[in-house]
Amino acid sequence: MAQTYFTSDHEWIRVEGDVATVGITNYAQEQLGDLVFVELPETGRAIAKGDTVVVVESVKAASDVYAPIAGEITEVNDTLSSDPALVNSAAESGGWLWKMKLTDAADLDGLMDRAAYDATTA
Amino acid sequence: MADTGELKQLPLKSLHEAAGAKFGGFAGWSMPLTYPAGVMKEHLHCRDAAGLFDISHMKLFAVSGPGAAAALARACPIDPRALPIGQAKYTFFLDENGGILDDLIVTRTGEERFIVVANAGNADADEAQLRAVASAFDCTVEPLDRVFLALQGPAAAQVAADAGIDGADLVFMQGKETDDGWFISRSGYTGEDGFEIALPAGVARAVAERLIGDERVEWVGLAARDSLRLEAGLCLHGQDITSETNPVDAGLLWAIPKGLRSGGDFIGASALEKAISDGPARKRVGLKPEGRQPVRAGAALVDGDGNAVGMVTSGGFGPSFGSPVAMGYVSVEAKEKPILAEVRGNRLPLQIHPLPFQPHRQRKG
Repeated sequence: MAQTYFTSDHEWIRVEGDVATVGITNYAQEQLGDLVFVELPETGRAIAKGDTVVVVESVKAASDVYAPIAGEITEVNDTLSSDPALVNSAAESGGWLWKMKLTDAADLDGLMDRAAYDATTA
Repeated sequence: MADTGELKQLPLKSLHEAAGAKFGGFAGWSMPLTYPAGVMKEHLHCRDAAGLFDISHMKLFAVSGPGAAAALARACPIDPRALPIGQAKYTFFLDENGGILDDLIVTRTGEERFIVVANAGNADADEAQLRAVASAFDCTVEPLDRVFLALQGPAAAQVAADAGIDGADLVFMQGKETDDGWFISRSGYTGEDGFEIALPAGVARAVAERLIGDERVEWVGLAARDSLRLEAGLCLHGQDITSETNPVDAGLLWAIPKGLRSGGDFIGASALEKAISDGPARKRVGLKPEGRQPVRAGAALVDGDGNAVGMVTSGGFGPSFGSPVAMGYVSVEAKEKPILAEVRGNRLPLQIHPLPFQPHRQRKG
């Protein structure tokens, strides 16, 4: 069964087995405003926790999205190349950013669940 | 979000809060950046119908007295005596090197009275400059404490008329003062028709509520104000023009009367004359990234061999233009070569694009 974790950097991580899907939260997209470009990484890239993986660009500014956990990128959401606004309309579903294979499930320890995350943005 | 604790607050702050504005710091003020519609919709609405902007962070000064015209002829590269009453003029404060200290609008509202509108970020320096210059002339400089609203867009004239705002007799770059403390000019920072309306705080709330109550009007925040002005090819002081740029580099010589280009009484006259005769080493140009990725202010520009040729001074996305837009300076000899912007280790190709990106639609006389 999939489980979803949240970070204080306003990312969500949905974990199924050893594959994690990563995106930014609805709160984050509201703060960023209308997105016009998403710079996606190459698949196969090994990433360390804290690496800049994606850059999301709004009308006004560019913002980094960091790797919340270590692993290898297995897939990116190519739909965002033509429709970056999908991150605004469906941040926590169709607007996911990348999928990755986890290196160490222990990276998930200490991340927040939905209730704990929501409390930080309330 | 920045701590807004020490920022100046707009007189109509509660109106913006009620409209759901997100605030951020700009030039020492807590300003509405966006409203719930978001920057994209705010921008497009302004081009489609009408946008209302609270620009009370900008500073107005009245310069009046028998020596007012002479003082402004010293302060700015204009001939104030030649301005008909009611005429507004885009101009600058220059330093002795011809560098642009600020860009301003000066409007003659009487035989011996002018209104100067200055940028928020330079308001204190501008006031000091204006007072220093004016002290040698028989005139006074009075900062005006007003709420300042901009109503912009193709529906602005009809909206203003329906709200009982008396501006129908003005065409682009004309303005007037009324006895009850209003100053209204047909001008703006979007490339659209519209008005900039300074009015006393006591009546401002009711007027703003009446305007925003019109179904053709939506609030527009600073984020869309920036994308609108960038599409319109208009400069932001501090980015596109600074004390390091002069009107020749910036392509703004049109704002300086021909008779003053070879000398005048204004500060910076001899440096400007020299800059004109030397010709620019670099020019401000519009830049259109070839791809979808925006190129932002501060990005270095290089030619195909990686040689530095300039810098991006404003960049973002143009919602009406439908692609990224930017402005910057490019060395004159590089203008015909391929130009690339350095963004996070990549080199993105750009085309020089005529300004404005979006055709101006002001109500010309």
